Amino acid sequence: MSLIGLSFFVGIVALTLYVTYIASKRTNSASEFYTAGGGLSGWQNGIAIAGDYLSAASFLGIAGAIALFGFDGFFYSIGYLVAYLVVLYIVAEPLRNLGRYTLADMITARFNQKKIRGAAAISTLTIVLFYMIAQLVGAGALIQLLLGIDYWIAVLIVGIMMTVYVLWGGMAATSWVQIIKAVLLMIGTVIISFLVLWHFNFNIFGMFTEMKGATAHGEAYLHPGVKYTNGLDTISMMIALVLGTAGLPHILMRFFTVKDAKTARSSVIYATWIVGAFYILTIFLGFGAAALVGSEKIMGANAAGNMAAPLLAQALGGDILMSFVSAVAFATILAVVAGLVLSGASAFAHDLYGQIFKKGKVTEKEQMKAARLASVGVSVISIILALGAQNMNVAFLVSLAFCIAASANLPVIIYTIYWKNFNTTGALTAIVTGLVVALILVALSPNLWAVNGSMTFTGEPLFPLTNPAIISVPAGFIGGWIGSLIGARADQKKYAEVDVKANIGLK
Amino acid sequence: MAKNLESVYSSDNNMNSTTLSKDDSHETNYTAIAQSPEFKELKRKKNRFILPMSLFFLVCYITLPILTSYTTILNVNAFGDVSWVWVYSIALFIMTWTLSMIYVRKATTFDQEANDILEKEKAGGYK
Repeated sequence: MSLIGLSFFVGIVALTLYVTYIASKRTNSASEFYTAGGGLSGWQNGIAIAGDYLSAASFLGIAGAIALFGFDGFFYSIGYLVAYLVVLYIVAEPLRNLGRYTLADMITARFNQKKIRGAAAISTLTIVLFYMIAQLVGAGALIQLLLGIDYWIAVLIVGIMMTVYVLWGGMAATSWVQIIKAVLLMIGTVIISFLVLWHFNFNIFGMFTEMKGATAHGEAYLHPGVKYTNGLDTISMMIALVLGTAGLPHILMRFFTVKDAKTARSSVIYATWIVGAFYILTIFLGFGAAALVGSEKIMGANAAGNMAAPLLAQALGGDILMSFVSAVAFATILAVVAGLVLSGASAFAHDLYGQIFKKGKVTEKEQMKAARLASVGVSVISIILALGAQNMNVAFLVSLAFCIAASANLPVIIYTIYWKNFNTTGALTAIVTGLVVALILVALSPNLWAVNGSMTFTGEPLFPLTNPAIISVPAGFIGGWIGSLIGARADQKKYAEVDVKANIGLK
Repeated sequence: MAKNLESVYSSDNNMNSTTLSKDDSHETNYTAIAQSPEFKELKRKKNRFILPMSLFFLVCYITLPILTSYTTILNVNAFGDVSWVWVYSIALFIMTWTLSMIYVRKATTFDQEANDILEKEKAGGYK
């Protein structure tokens, strides 16, 4: 690795450690640790949401998917973006008005029972763990490729960095790491896109015409159907993408870092513009990589296409641009895993330990201690699991996380806010049904089963779709509905309180 | 005890919040607010905006994979070699940005009505 390349990496590490140091001075209460005291402004939180959301799977994964499969790769960009409308219209403001640190806070604002909080915390931890393993395995493989170091060292480096940010700097440091990363990622993406457009003489129509002959797929490259040939599976995946975002714990947690619903709203707007601009540019990243690098070379570096963006940077701007893009990818990974550690730790320390085990009778000092211990715990568990999961299919873990978020979290969120006859039994059945159905269907799916032995188990998959959202999301809603019919009548006085709080922000 | 701790934590959040915190002189009667005509009117307006809009963007969105999976009509070129599937997709981006701007505008009018209810509650109007 060149000296310039190394200095980019060292620069990012130094900058993020510096903001962690600054943040550590004020991180002295649970509220500071989990939510930066609710003191972020709309634009800060908006950029941080974008930084939290644009994971390495977005940057490297989508660029690779578009490079290899043309339009089919762009499906992800569309799904991830439109998901923000679900967040904005349905979830963001009531969530900010009702919750404090976690998703479970918001649901127990209406149903104050241990089992509900426990179920919500477990579904949060399940999602965080799958998502985290996916990010760490991807990070390990990527850094291994970029820096030429061993997989386990790469995972350890990322693991230690994320623990340091969260342990000392809490949400304030995590937010600033995400803001720095989002800015770097946008700079990198804009530079590459500009150079790609330059290559096509700034003629977008000419670019499409040229792309018809640029890949082995011919004209089909510009049409859907190169990768996704099963209609139901495509629709199911799109459902998981659009509904999953509004149930992802590390995204939901970002709404507690602002002072009120109005600021939460404005931060979603900032995030929508940034994320949208980024996803439009993925077209140029993908087309550029297909035309200038070629699918053979991309797949030679990494079969899933994850190296498309760094290789494109090399083709366009030599080693300097490639080093910069690699460093950006590294920052991207750090920002996302730090957010995940924090949301996992809050479910552990605040929900399971503070509220359930200690029944809310914890001092500020004990809360902080529990939060820090939980952060280390979540980090260590994820690092160990990631070290053992080197050969797992990362894309499958990410889609599973989105699917559980859409099936187990979204139904209970929507019912809690909007349905007056929803009750305790319904809340429990909604979470459990969504979670269990999603897990079982994935366990029986082609993600794990193949007749030719190419997957974990050999045999005919009992469930034909790779993404079960089309079944598991309705299952979560139906589970909650049936539970509400069976259970005791809903407490109308409590719903009046939740309804008023959610709608007008009364504290 | 637990309740005390609870208020210690949340007071931290309330202090830098612009939303009006409730007057300590009376217990908030949520049912009275929920049943007041002005709150019902606000809810009705909100639902009449959020529900159709949400249905609209979700239908627009899910129509794309349905069309691409079961028909080939989007494979027809719209402009030069750019086919309708790209036009449809970019239209979804423009839809997202437009609807988020519309939401902010609309929500600002809801804010005013919510604020009126908060003021009335603070003055002890819901007992």
